[in-house]
Amino acid sequence: MYFNNLAELWEMAGHGPYVWSAYAISFAVLAAMVVIPAVRYRQQLAQIRQQQLPSDKS
Amino acid sequence: MASWQWFHRLGSPKWLSGTIDRWLPWVLGAGTLLLLISAVWGLAFTPPDYKQGNSFRIIYIHVPTAIVALAAYYVMAVAGAVSIIWRMKVADMVLRAIAPVGAALTFLALVTGAIWGKPTWGAYWIWQDARLTSMLLLFFLYLGIMALHDAYQNNASGNRAAAIMSLVGTVNIPIIYKSVDWWSSLHQPATLKFTEESTIATEMLQPLMLAIPGAYLFFIAAVMLHLRVQIARNEKDTRWMAERAS
Repeated sequence: MYFNNLAELWEMAGHGPYVWSAYAISFAVLAAMVVIPAVRYRQQLAQIRQQQLPSDKS
Repeated sequence: MASWQWFHRLGSPKWLSGTIDRWLPWVLGAGTLLLLISAVWGLAFTPPDYKQGNSFRIIYIHVPTAIVALAAYYVMAVAGAVSIIWRMKVADMVLRAIAPVGAALTFLALVTGAIWGKPTWGAYWIWQDARLTSMLLLFFLYLGIMALHDAYQNNASGNRAAAIMSLVGTVNIPIIYKSVDWWSSLHQPATLKFTEESTIATEMLQPLMLAIPGAYLFFIAAVMLHLRVQIARNEKDTRWMAERAS
């Protein structure tokens, strides 16, 4: 590793806030890019299941 | 001819849906793994830049997302052309699937670029810079296409408007790409070259050579995820979709 310890990795010789905020935002957006459509798909399937239920017409 | 068979199969939502279900875990897994490895490698196991210090490590997010954001637009525009020329409904679905993914990637390129710009150039943003402005335009194009999809009561009208907009916007892509050569720009010119040796140091280049394919794979996976939703929405009244849902 090019840093002597974790503290130095965090500090990044003063550039820590820039590097870590960039990576944190990226991680959040990338995660959302997967989670959001996955949830929507499950919702869409549930909706389709609902419309399959026989309507109770007596 | 076998090639026409392939094209026809591509136009079948059912075939596409099955293919996505088969390949999604692999594509997403591979893309995520490559991005994770390149991130760890780039953050801790590459030497700091002699001029920029540690802020350069943002490159491993900034460059791959920027490259794929541009490539995504091309693919989306092709889908737009296919939609208009052949009236293929799968092309419309693909267009709808790519737009939000392209928007997210462009957003990341812009934000990571701005964060990187502060310690490097002293500013988060410069309006006079051609690359920055044209990338922002790319972001607005993606958003505009997404808005067009939602603006119309009639899906077909929305699809058509979005397809046309995607084609009109393609002029922006070579502008973004060449902006650093055509105009004086704060943003540095390309160090990665296709035909000559790249000017970036080898140790810095290596994680990038994982991150870029990783970003491409991740993009494909994200589009697959969105496409699944589009197919389910479009085909909700078919029997095969009903069977899949139960």
